[in-house]
Amino acid sequence: MTLDPPVDVPAGDLDSGLSRSRGGFMSRLRGLFGVSAVREEAWEIAEEALIGGDLGASLAARVVASAREIRDPESPGAAVRTALAGLLVPRDPDWDLRPTVPGHPIVVLVVGVNGTGKTTTIGKLAIRESLAGRRVVLAAADTFRAAASEQLRIWADRAGVDMVAHAPGADPGAVVFDALDAGVARGADIVIIDTAGRLHTKQNLMDELAKIRRIVDRRLPGAQPETLFVLDATTGQNGLAQAAAFHQAVGLTGIVLTKLDSSARGGIVFAIEDHLKIPVRYVGVGEGSRDLLPFDPGAFITALYGTPGP
Amino acid sequence: MFDVLSDRLRQTLASLTGRGRISEADVDVAMREIRLTLLEADVNFRVVRDFIVRVREQAIGAEILGSLSAGQQVVKIVHDELVALLGVGGRALQLQGNPAVISLVGLQGSGKTTTAAKLARHTVKLGRRPLLVAADPYRPAAGDQLETLGKALDIPVHRAPVGTSVVDIARGGVEAARRLVRDTVIIDTAGRLTIDDALMAEIAAVNAAVHPVETLLVVDAMTGQEAVTVAQAFAASVPLTGLVLTKVDGDARGGAALSIASVTGIPVKFLGTGEKSDALDVFHPDRLAGRILGMGDVLTLVERAQERGSGGTRAFSTRRAGGGLPSVQERPCRR
Repeated sequence: MTLDPPVDVPAGDLDSGLSRSRGGFMSRLRGLFGVSAVREEAWEIAEEALIGGDLGASLAARVVASAREIRDPESPGAAVRTALAGLLVPRDPDWDLRPTVPGHPIVVLVVGVNGTGKTTTIGKLAIRESLAGRRVVLAAADTFRAAASEQLRIWADRAGVDMVAHAPGADPGAVVFDALDAGVARGADIVIIDTAGRLHTKQNLMDELAKIRRIVDRRLPGAQPETLFVLDATTGQNGLAQAAAFHQAVGLTGIVLTKLDSSARGGIVFAIEDHLKIPVRYVGVGEGSRDLLPFDPGAFITALYGTPGP
Repeated sequence: MFDVLSDRLRQTLASLTGRGRISEADVDVAMREIRLTLLEADVNFRVVRDFIVRVREQAIGAEILGSLSAGQQVVKIVHDELVALLGVGGRALQLQGNPAVISLVGLQGSGKTTTAAKLARHTVKLGRRPLLVAADPYRPAAGDQLETLGKALDIPVHRAPVGTSVVDIARGGVEAARRLVRDTVIIDTAGRLTIDDALMAEIAAVNAAVHPVETLLVVDAMTGQEAVTVAQAFAASVPLTGLVLTKVDGDARGGAALSIASVTGIPVKFLGTGEKSDALDVFHPDRLAGRILGMGDVLTLVERAQERGSGGTRAFSTRRAGGGLPSVQERPCRR
């Protein structure tokens, strides 16, 4: 069996973060799709390439089937890209975190399974928002994992923002309540809530998350928190089950795709957007504090499947 | 979604009722479904391709045993091959050396720190006196996390001042173990994001400095197609001796373990099955094989059919009460 050798990936931007995956299979695709006859084998390789990018076998088959139906495409590669773009939720290119109730802070609730990068994402988001001139308060509502609040504290200090924390093992709902109070009292523009990672199959922990959501709604009615699901880009097909369970528990409004620089493809987000209609809002592309970028569907597809053209 | 898939596999295989020898047509039908099942379980597509070729050869013309149907016989061949692949190598934890050094490596967020604490507790149960070493100077508060876990287990944690190199932290840990009369050292190394040369060189240097008897790769059970690349990159830098598959208490199929085992040949040694420090299970290949196929119930029925002689085919089409994924933790070992 032959496998692609590991290749260096410089961290930094989306394009370089995805360059490996592009080199991995799109170059093969480009080589195979002749300008003239589109061979059956080439479509099979396209499908395999999509599977290799974690789209999932059934979705990959569907993408290739709809690509084949596109009349007179510029090229098969372009047809696949068009079919992929069709899976993504239509979005406002000018989307940004915006207050829903005048005088109240924006509330961002960050959720996900263990180890996807929630705390790091919050740290980067805090820096991003702080640099944009917004006053940020962080809520350390992961009271379960050892040293989670210490980790968030380091990010709060880096970002130069306030943080509300209780003792380890405290009720995360109480942390959220206090943080929202602090946010209002200090005239914060945005309160970002870190929650403990939890597997979506643990019902008691999902119930606890739903309770946190209700506390937000009770303390700041109409706040409509931006509820971000943090997904590790190396995640395979289980990502869809995760997103569905979190969506059911707290009502997700967006996805943050992290660790995109780890040569992972992140193809599962196509399945998630297609099934649940939840848009990816940000991508984490590196370990630096500024490596959280707004998600750009065009750039994502182009970076994943090569430059427009064959 | 997964249930739909395993139901379809179940139905397809139930429709293959031939007797005598397995026909090529039956095999082709079965292989299409097996391929899809393995892919949806996150087994790497190249691994799937090789696996299908191999199993197909074995299945065509194979004798159908006892009261099995053709479909059941194919499942048995597939299952046996999965068990063989997952069962490579010795699974016992090596503890030679004084102190015995165990190093944990892996991507960020795979669960190294939690696994380090669980493994330490496991060695205590084996009668050892472990020392944990916090060798991740990069992730904020990683050392605090390990120290908190160690304190809860009453296991000492070696930490070094900020700025100490990872190699010196590891060396210091081994020296501390000698001083404190600890016979087992468990090193929690920094997770890495990218296939990063500098960080890979760093773990290679740690290995050269303290000669771990076990270098365990920690991989999240939810990992997708990328698992192969990750395992190969680590295997190219350090001599891996085993795999720990974490977050198995979720509902991911865990195909990553099959990808890694087939490509690198390193044995799966432990499963992480929860957030508590005792949630570390020894690995049973047949349970994970059943989970990857998403049809542990069918396999049980196949076995029963073999034991009983007749009447198995009817039971084969019956759905397991409750449905859902077979749990690798709860089902008793069937061998």
